[in-house]
Amino acid sequence: MRFYEYEAKALLAKNGVPTSKGGAVTSADEAARLAGEIGGEVVLKSQVLSGGRMKAGGIQFATSADEARKHAEHILKLVINEQAPRCVLVESKSSVKKEYYAGIIYDGNAKLPVAIFSDMGGIDIEEVAETHPEHVARVHFSTFQPLQEFKFKELVASLGISGNELNQLSRIVSRLAKTFLAHGLTLAEINPLAQLEDGSFIALDSHMDMEDEARDQQRSVLEELGIGPDESRQSREPTEFEMRVATVDAEDHRGVVRVVEFDGNLGCVIGAGGGSLTIFDALKKYGGKPANYCEIGGNPSVHKAQELTKLILQQPGVEKICVIMNVVSNTRVDIVARGVIKGVIESGRDPADTIAIFRIPGSWEADGFKILEKYGVEYADRTVPMSEAARRAVMKVGGA
Amino acid sequence: MSILIDENTTFIIQGITGREAVNMARECIDYGSKLVGGVTPGRGGRDVHGVPVYDTVAAITKKQRVDASVISVPPPAVRDACFEAIENGIKLIVIVTERIPRLEVAQMVEYANREGARIIGPNCLGVLTPGKSRVGGMGGAAVSARKAYTPGPIGIMSRSGGMTTEIANTLTAAGLGQSTAVSIGGDAIIGSTYAELMPLFDADPETKAIVIYSEPGGRMEAQLAEYMKASGSKLPVVAFMAGKFMDEMPGMRFGHAGTIVEGKADTTAEKLTRMKDAGISVAEQIQDIPDILKRRLAGGGA
Repeated sequence: MRFYEYEAKALLAKNGVPTSKGGAVTSADEAARLAGEIGGEVVLKSQVLSGGRMKAGGIQFATSADEARKHAEHILKLVINEQAPRCVLVESKSSVKKEYYAGIIYDGNAKLPVAIFSDMGGIDIEEVAETHPEHVARVHFSTFQPLQEFKFKELVASLGISGNELNQLSRIVSRLAKTFLAHGLTLAEINPLAQLEDGSFIALDSHMDMEDEARDQQRSVLEELGIGPDESRQSREPTEFEMRVATVDAEDHRGVVRVVEFDGNLGCVIGAGGGSLTIFDALKKYGGKPANYCEIGGNPSVHKAQELTKLILQQPGVEKICVIMNVVSNTRVDIVARGVIKGVIESGRDPADTIAIFRIPGSWEADGFKILEKYGVEYADRTVPMSEAARRAVMKVGGA
Repeated sequence: MSILIDENTTFIIQGITGREAVNMARECIDYGSKLVGGVTPGRGGRDVHGVPVYDTVAAITKKQRVDASVISVPPPAVRDACFEAIENGIKLIVIVTERIPRLEVAQMVEYANREGARIIGPNCLGVLTPGKSRVGGMGGAAVSARKAYTPGPIGIMSRSGGMTTEIANTLTAAGLGQSTAVSIGGDAIIGSTYAELMPLFDADPETKAIVIYSEPGGRMEAQLAEYMKASGSKLPVVAFMAGKFMDEMPGMRFGHAGTIVEGKADTTAEKLTRMKDAGISVAEQIQDIPDILKRRLAGGGA
């Protein structure tokens, strides 16, 4: 889950990292009032979960309250990369002497968090990493011991920084690391981390990502930031179909189902995890137009398979569905077969015609195949590869 | 021979009285595994399919040798259960539970490394050595597992539990048995990566070739490619990569927490290039794997 800049900065401030004076507002009048309160030159920044704000005109400067109002009006209406801004951040404008970069992520191979620091911060940091690797330093640190502040001193010092700057910068990296660990983040980044004309340091922009798995534990801080449990913050908002399937999933603890909506004519009841990825690739390879991505597994109930099938068949343009999984271990073939057939019948359709193919081998397959036979549904056992089942399904909906 | 587990491996299930764990216990016993006990705090003194339940791990480890533990408890309880197992001297921890925060996984792995223990998972189905033992629920009911998995020379490592069985089944149908199959887990941080398990397979005289199932996300495949180049491993490796369609959808999450394209090195295209460069054969479809294996086993190149 991505944070808006103003939320990330609120978390930084909470953890003792200096940020600019200002706040987030949702109207031009409030922007004008806040600009007047801050005094001097202010910067107004569109709050969207997207880069390229400066280029799009989402960042403007103002020297008066009236000018701030005018800019805020424009920014609040400006759509950037298909996103309307949530609000506008009004901050005191800083005069910057030098830009640094500080970031924390997990290194999946080392299985530890890694702090990354550069004395060439700013929007081109990724290029800097490639062209000036000697200006980018990294250090892994423990998640197990009390925060290893010395590591961040070593990190900053390794770029030849010393004196007061070393102490100030390593303290900020240390606090960023603390924020990262305390809030279930998978990315915490200050860029630029600016040194001002007076020598002090300030977080001018920040990106943060919280993993979904941590949201329960972080409920109180999310509440503080005004982020509700329904806000997914995916790269796009969930569609109505996706939300309805999520509701079906939540109603019944047996089995797990997740879907992603696409435009297509072939509905997919596919599983369980890796199997879904494999099947989806195969459907695409044979020119199929899947109406949805789907992961269903963990031994779902008849009801869950049935409701999923009904929701998929309600999607406009869905002609047939394919029911394909890898050889299943704990999911029962007969239960999925019963659920899918019930779902098709309750949708007023004929199972033999609507189910393009059913290929789920494994637990209770003999019972499952008997049910399918009774309804005249084409089914395949483990001797038919998953990709072959996908090919047959695509053929039936007039694929390539 | 095999890796990680064999017919003598004794293990417990932490959370044995849970719905899924009760099934798993039944399936492990039926398969012939040495399931010697289970732990559920407050349920000590009961039994699950004849397997004694204890309140704590210590209550069983002080009575007998325990080689491994399967952790099947709800996400908020996993870290403590893992620490409890390691603290009591268990060296192989299989974490089945999914949706554990990354920080907690990192902490468990760091502690395991310090104590000389190994973690498999989280979000995995466990380890299976055909005909000898199974630690975890991979393959389902014993009769199904026997149908899909047969003893032989191929090691399997897979980021998907379900696909481990699909691959084993495909190999079995082609007359290629398996030495040990490991469901390594689908999360962004896991206890044992391909490259970390490879030395075990390299040291196993029975294993003659490896199949890996791979997905987008993370740098585990790059790590394996580096291992293959640096170690001089003699084992031919065949990889199957799922999720090619995701390369065009960066930032979208499809299931496994590790399966999200966050950077350039995460894409399937990049991973395939690195693996091919390291002499790893790439199978376009699951059903192509047996022929590629047979060719590589006969001395053919990647």
